[in-house]
Amino acid sequence: MAGTLFEKVWNAHAVRLLPNGQTQLYVGLHLVHEVTSPQAFDMLGARGWPVRAPHRTFATMDHIVPTAAQARPFQDVMAEAMAGALERNCRTHGIPMFDLSGGAQGIVHVIGPELGLTQPGMTIACGDSHTSTHGAFGALAFGIGTSQVRDVLASQCVAMSPLQVRQIRIDGALPPGVFAKDVILAVIRRLGINGGHGFAYEYAGSTIAGMSMDERMTICNMSIEGGALMGYCNPDDTTVAYLRGRRFVPGGDDFDVAAAGWRALASDADATYADVVEFDAATMAPTVTWGTHPGQSIAVDERLPRPADMPDAERAGVEDALTFMHLTAGRPIAGQKVDVAFIGSCTNGRLSDLREAARVARGQKVAAHVRALVVPGSQQVRWAAEAEGLDQIFEDAGFEWRRAGCSMCLAMNPDRLSGDELCASSSNRNFKGRQGSPTGRTLLMSPAMVAAAALAGEVVDIRRVLHPGVSS
Amino acid sequence: MNVSTSAITRIEGRAVVLRGSDIDTDRIMPARFLRAITFSGIEAHLFADDRAAAQAAGALHPLDGPGAAGATILLTQANFGCGSSREHAPQALLRWGFRAVVAESFSPIFAGNALTIGLVCVTASPHTIAEAMRIAEASPDNAFCVDLEHLHLGCGSTRSPVSLPESQRHAWLTGQWDATSLLLADYDDVERVEARLPYLRTTSRNA
Repeated sequence: MAGTLFEKVWNAHAVRLLPNGQTQLYVGLHLVHEVTSPQAFDMLGARGWPVRAPHRTFATMDHIVPTAAQARPFQDVMAEAMAGALERNCRTHGIPMFDLSGGAQGIVHVIGPELGLTQPGMTIACGDSHTSTHGAFGALAFGIGTSQVRDVLASQCVAMSPLQVRQIRIDGALPPGVFAKDVILAVIRRLGINGGHGFAYEYAGSTIAGMSMDERMTICNMSIEGGALMGYCNPDDTTVAYLRGRRFVPGGDDFDVAAAGWRALASDADATYADVVEFDAATMAPTVTWGTHPGQSIAVDERLPRPADMPDAERAGVEDALTFMHLTAGRPIAGQKVDVAFIGSCTNGRLSDLREAARVARGQKVAAHVRALVVPGSQQVRWAAEAEGLDQIFEDAGFEWRRAGCSMCLAMNPDRLSGDELCASSSNRNFKGRQGSPTGRTLLMSPAMVAAAALAGEVVDIRRVLHPGVSS
Repeated sequence: MNVSTSAITRIEGRAVVLRGSDIDTDRIMPARFLRAITFSGIEAHLFADDRAAAQAAGALHPLDGPGAAGATILLTQANFGCGSSREHAPQALLRWGFRAVVAESFSPIFAGNALTIGLVCVTASPHTIAEAMRIAEASPDNAFCVDLEHLHLGCGSTRSPVSLPESQRHAWLTGQWDATSLLLADYDDVERVEARLPYLRTTSRNA
């Protein structure tokens, strides 16, 4: 029977219908980090339960690690306590851990794919909402809370209800200067930040088919910003080529068997969807958020919305966001002065992101008033970037070149905004206070746009930088 | 191995009105307060930045308003709890004293977390929410009731419909909302699933 990838993977992992009406779903890969796991391990201990499948859980530390100097003990005693708790829990329960000294540490959603832990057809859970990233491989990957982390540790299962599938078809060639980040911001802008409630998003169409795995990860990563617990792309040649030879991927004949199985998981041509939404890539533009949630965005050459023009339900939210952001209705966003530029995060901290940013930064200088950071998503990304000289390009231009971690995406470490600084950021959330200062302000955009903003000291249209003379 | 959780059929008490949609978990619990290895005392930081901002502006945040202390029901608008999966947010609400949140809609991760810890989330129409907010603000002493058996939000003699997924309602009414013990029962079924997953055979060879 024809089915979607969601249905095939869900059915393969469904253990049974629970008496409470939810489905018991087997979790094939469980990833843990230092922020959302210590309480879960404590709950497990309090109930006297062992970790059921320690070889299916993998740990790293990312949220709290400083990215400037990483010597232990960390200066922040709470960060040190969290790192220590994770190390202790992993040791006690025999859970493999990719720590700072091992060469494989990084943001959990960067290292899972990089190590080949993430594979098509898996169910993947992690106590982090951006677990949707792993859906790029054709996995059902979703964020869970700490009590569910406890459940997975205890049983390797979660209790949840199935989702409907909405196919998001994106066709056509992206114009120059328009990146995966702009695509997902356009999707969220149209469908809303709660439009995905109850849905898994299947990203399909020729634009997605033509994307690299890094780009697909950027798109799936922000599914949750559109209210979708998970998003995925169907496995194809690009998926298989990415995974070949990675550390946890089977080798030799086993690889060919696995790859054939992965391809067979793709949604069938005659699968039915609860909903299909179509986008034309050719009409997309470099996009910038102007407000306090990721759905509040405009093309870089548009003007800020006027509350008076908004539907009643949105007017108060738009007014509040403009006030918080110190932005004036009806003005252009291009030319807006920025104080900080941040390139990194699980959304855009991969090698290809750093290459795009470096292409813009090469031979240029960061504006005198801008503090600019480049934070690789993992140790492997960092070393690969250094091997091709990206660190030198960034440092010559006046960017700080940091070590791997979540950094300024969420300010649980020393990297944060102060006062009402305005940050051009390649991360995923522009919520009030997200970057560490209660009055700090965030403009989300692609890494190339962040680099361009760092150099100019203000928001600029990347199309004019990459192709000067071409009017947009 | 069984964990006793108790059935929840109704939540009664005063309500706090939190106007606005898309209230994200970074606002409910700013990230700097996640630098801890327990949930103990986390309720002290509930809406810390919003409350400080209100105070600086010479205003009172609803959590600091009259009647807020001891309230058990939170009334709010659409997409409550969006953003980060941090369970610290519903934990803080629960530890502060809330037993139910009534909203136009919830983020899926927030709703899932709330279910596992015993914080009831029900949805209601914008009209119902607006009316309940008006009543609560008119007199903070007005008592409300979220009735999970009859699926209504009551105040005085008024009754307005609320809803929640049937599986959640069943879980509350039967006391089966702590799923861990359900997940550990009849574990042979789990082993049958493990045996049919191809990647469990090949990846374990390389790990």
